[in-house]
Amino acid sequence: MIDKAEYREYVGKSAPKSPMFRSLAAAFLVGGLICCVGQAVGDVISVLFPDMSADDVGSWTTVVMIFFGSFFTAIGVYDKLGHFAGGGSIIPITGFANSVVSPALEYNREGVFFGICAKMFVIAGPIIVFGVVAGIIVGVISLFA
Amino acid sequence: MEIFLTYLKVFAAGGALCALGQLLINKTKMSSARILVTFMLLGLVLEVAGAFAYMKEFASAGVTIPITGFGSSLAKGAMQGAKEGGLLGAVSGGLRAAAPGVSAVILFGFVFALVFRSHSKKV
Repeated sequence: MIDKAEYREYVGKSAPKSPMFRSLAAAFLVGGLICCVGQAVGDVISVLFPDMSADDVGSWTTVVMIFFGSFFTAIGVYDKLGHFAGGGSIIPITGFANSVVSPALEYNREGVFFGICAKMFVIAGPIIVFGVVAGIIVGVISLFA
Repeated sequence: MEIFLTYLKVFAAGGALCALGQLLINKTKMSSARILVTFMLLGLVLEVAGAFAYMKEFASAGVTIPITGFGSSLAKGAMQGAKEGGLLGAVSGGLRAAAPGVSAVILFGFVFALVFRSHSKKV
């Protein structure tokens, strides 16, 4: 018999070393590149529509990036990228799109109603709930600030 | 040359945020939903504290394309709504600002799930 501390030490030694540096570098590279694509989308929109306000350019950029994230998830490319990039593909807004489209696709065999529509927010639900509730708290507090 | 510098800053800031997320994943085994919520709330808090505007000025898409930008626009919309529309504005302002993203994700998710079939079945 070995006690807990010894066991933990044993596992620590024999478990494969998580490739810390490689995963951080991959996340940095892919995440940085996705943000550069976002910057490029915004730059192109402001060249095409010079009269658009900065806020609207930002909203359209978000919509276009969500389209990219959804499309590359639908054709199966984004999840492959995710295996390589980890956080680099999760943190950008494309990762948010992936978190919605991926379960929607996965459950479409269970029908439109309880498959696609109900399962769409299995991962993104908490983000929207936390976001909306936190936004309301910020709004109400700033009424008195 | 200036445009190169802009993209370098975008790349560095966006990459750093994503690497920070990866570090959290490595250290805590957090699921992607928790990571996304954490970074969204980080963006929201930074916006309320007034720091996000400076970060945005420095790194533009490097901080707005990560989910921190989503949190920031929620907070910004809520504060703006409170200023302009009283209680109703305060309550609805955040979601109003986030509406383009949420609408897009629902529309594309629904359409693509109707049209495409799931690819990766290996877990």
